[in-house]
Amino acid sequence: MDVNWKITADDLESIAIGAGILGTGGGGNPYLGKLRMREHLRAGRTATVIAPADVRDAARVVSVFNMGAPTVGYERLPQGEEELRALRALEAHLGKPIDAIIPGEIGGSNSVVPLVVSAQTGMPVIDADGMGRAFPELQMDVFAINGIAPTPLALANHKGKTEILREERDPRAVERMARQWAVENGARASVAGFVMSGAEMKRWAIPHMLTLAKRVGDAVLSARHNHADAADAILAVTGGRRLFAGKIVDVERRTAAGFARGEARMASADGARCRIAFQNENLIAWQDAANGQRALLAVVPDLICVIDAETGEPVTTELLRYGLRVLVLGLPAPAQLRTPRALEFVGPRAFGYAVEYQSL
Amino acid sequence: MRVGIDVGGTNTDAVLMDGARVVAFNKAPTTRDVTSGIVAALRGLPLAAHPPRAVMLGTTHLTNAIVERKGLARTAVIRIGAPATAAIPPLADFPDDLRAALGGQWFLIEGGHEFDGREINPLDTARLREIAARLRDDDFQAVALCAVFAPLTRAHEERAREIVQNVAPEMYVSVSHQIGRLGLLERENATILNASLSPVARRIVSGLRDALKGIGLNDALYFSQNDGTLMATELAEQYPILTVASGPTNSMRGAAFLSGVKNAVVVDIGGTTTDVGVLQNGFPREAGAAVSVGGVRTNFRMPDVYSFGLGGGSVVRISDRAFTIGPDSVGYLLTERARVFGGDVLTASDVAVAARFAVAQMGDPARVAHLAANAREIARAMQAQVERAIDRMKTRAENVPVILVGGGSCLIEGELAGASEVIRPPHAQVANAIGAAIAQASGEVDRVYDLSAMSRGAAVEDALGFARERAIRAGALPTTIEVVEVEEVPLTYLPSNAVRIRVKVAGEIN
Repeated sequence: MDVNWKITADDLESIAIGAGILGTGGGGNPYLGKLRMREHLRAGRTATVIAPADVRDAARVVSVFNMGAPTVGYERLPQGEEELRALRALEAHLGKPIDAIIPGEIGGSNSVVPLVVSAQTGMPVIDADGMGRAFPELQMDVFAINGIAPTPLALANHKGKTEILREERDPRAVERMARQWAVENGARASVAGFVMSGAEMKRWAIPHMLTLAKRVGDAVLSARHNHADAADAILAVTGGRRLFAGKIVDVERRTAAGFARGEARMASADGARCRIAFQNENLIAWQDAANGQRALLAVVPDLICVIDAETGEPVTTELLRYGLRVLVLGLPAPAQLRTPRALEFVGPRAFGYAVEYQSL
Repeated sequence: MRVGIDVGGTNTDAVLMDGARVVAFNKAPTTRDVTSGIVAALRGLPLAAHPPRAVMLGTTHLTNAIVERKGLARTAVIRIGAPATAAIPPLADFPDDLRAALGGQWFLIEGGHEFDGREINPLDTARLREIAARLRDDDFQAVALCAVFAPLTRAHEERAREIVQNVAPEMYVSVSHQIGRLGLLERENATILNASLSPVARRIVSGLRDALKGIGLNDALYFSQNDGTLMATELAEQYPILTVASGPTNSMRGAAFLSGVKNAVVVDIGGTTTDVGVLQNGFPREAGAAVSVGGVRTNFRMPDVYSFGLGGGSVVRISDRAFTIGPDSVGYLLTERARVFGGDVLTASDVAVAARFAVAQMGDPARVAHLAANAREIARAMQAQVERAIDRMKTRAENVPVILVGGGSCLIEGELAGASEVIRPPHAQVANAIGAAIAQASGEVDRVYDLSAMSRGAAVEDALGFARERAIRAGALPTTIEVVEVEEVPLTYLPSNAVRIRVKVAGEIN
């Protein structure tokens, strides 16, 4: 992309829809983030998006995202400068300005957050991200996977409190520390961390994810407008395939340590059966055969997206319920998530499943 | 003796009940002012011989005021939560014309709570007094107050209401913890709509009181809420938004009462549409996702209903190879325009008569006799639509009882796929009014508990205690209170044991 992309109201609408689908059942609803960004657009401010290739090798790049309980976020809406304060706190700690921000997670509510920061600061957002979808934890990010230190990492809350985590290189430990800080400071934390150079960003980041989210959203909107099939429209943009079409016949849930775990079972009109295991996000889809055998349809990190068969809207794991007619789509994970090293962090075993990763 | 009234889009139904027995019922056309239609329906009941102890009213009329943006109060919004929530101002996602109709005025002041009950900030009472004085001087009629986490901790909203009422005694004040559940924006939206409805609600309530007095009914008047339970008139005047979706709820509650079945799918076939809902423990299952009212996203208690365009008046078109059913309908003109009544429009009711359904006894069957072969095929298609809707709505894979009600229930005969039995209770055509007549008073609580500090059982008991208190305040007889619903939702993406518990109880009117 040669020309800087200035986000418009239409872009925002599409990105929010696309990010919901790339959230693979989790990641939080992008609706509130969309409203937040829309206020900036109404006030005449917008975000500037630049292509990864246009970032200088020596540029200082930082990943920005929110963590914590979405339920709390829906009630205690953000003050609006949480992420900005995390970013400024990190700059102050570094004693150097930051040149560009990169979205930590394109799936779900974190997709729109960096756009807000860009509108506030004029700092460009890189058209790339660290996850290529939604994941529940910080070490599941390509930067952590490839050895970029998460620290120094700045945390901020809605009341203006900030904190810098430093000198801890193990991303799992940083994840625990950051989440604990969130619990003690209002159940949500805005995060700026993974300070890296432009060259490192170009080497590891998953490119063109904002563009992809927008194209997925555009496809859904245009399919809706033309009464065309939303699934076909999404797949034409993302690649991948339809894994299953049918009705949800059973949903079983349990919770442990902040994860909404469970399994959804589906049946098609011709008697075929499918099962999806989820932990906040959809992680594994199987086809169940009549003889009791089961075949793997798709497995994390590939994206398993459940959409409403009538509207094309993403169905999050909280909304799964008996009777819903759904389409299950399998979208290939970006190559960066499928390396042997990445699979240690984001493959099925990282989520506790004794299953080997098989690409779609 | 109780009277139940349902004000529908087409007809106003009234039913007189003695305990569980239907003494009499009557239908009259719905009128624009609501009241005269109700009076007309009541005049057909033997009220002199059987004076009722209470009148229960279900009306969806207030929705029209919102949809048409008519008669709404100039309403200001005061959100309590600063510095939090500033990123998305009140009214942000309202349609422009509605925002303009309300005056577009909002304030964000310090206060509100965290999920664990700590204050975000102390309530800024000085600023609140200033704002109240200004709104009073600017002739605002209503104020919506919404504090962060008010469903869990109401202190700031209650204090703020007191302050506003002291400064501006004429101001109508609506507080969010009385209106909705967690989810600030949706609850705030519902609170704003509620406040804006206050003039319309007052007018309807006072008109009704006068009208009932005029026909010798000075007795207690109650309003049906969206969740199928009752509110005293004073409460309906304060919380009109909680009545806007009472229609489908009442038909489901009426179906439960008439059939004696508490867990079932209810199919209510009217003149134009069919509403399919689910009864759980005698109450409608509520919708999980956001519900839009007049273009505004809300999250209040609404039944989960699937509606589609099939009714007794649905227009049926037959061509060489194909046929269509609805979605247009002759509506209340069925008895003039349907073929069996000598009209020129082929309706779904004509099809049922032509198919010789025993349940479809109306008009002159000879007028549609030539359609017999087509009719069975079309009737099968109508049945398939209903079966699909039942399958969509039921919560488990096994067959469930299906209760058929509504004036258009004659479109279906015999068994239905997915149904363990098809129940057609007597008086099914006035199930809505019966649902209003038999409604109970309820109490609901939605809180977050930390289960590392207490057992799950103790948390649920605590929530139930609060809910019982609320039900008693709403008019429930303590000894009759039963648990309707217990729901636990863990707070995800947090390593704590915080769980949100929502409970509902209900009991007979005292």
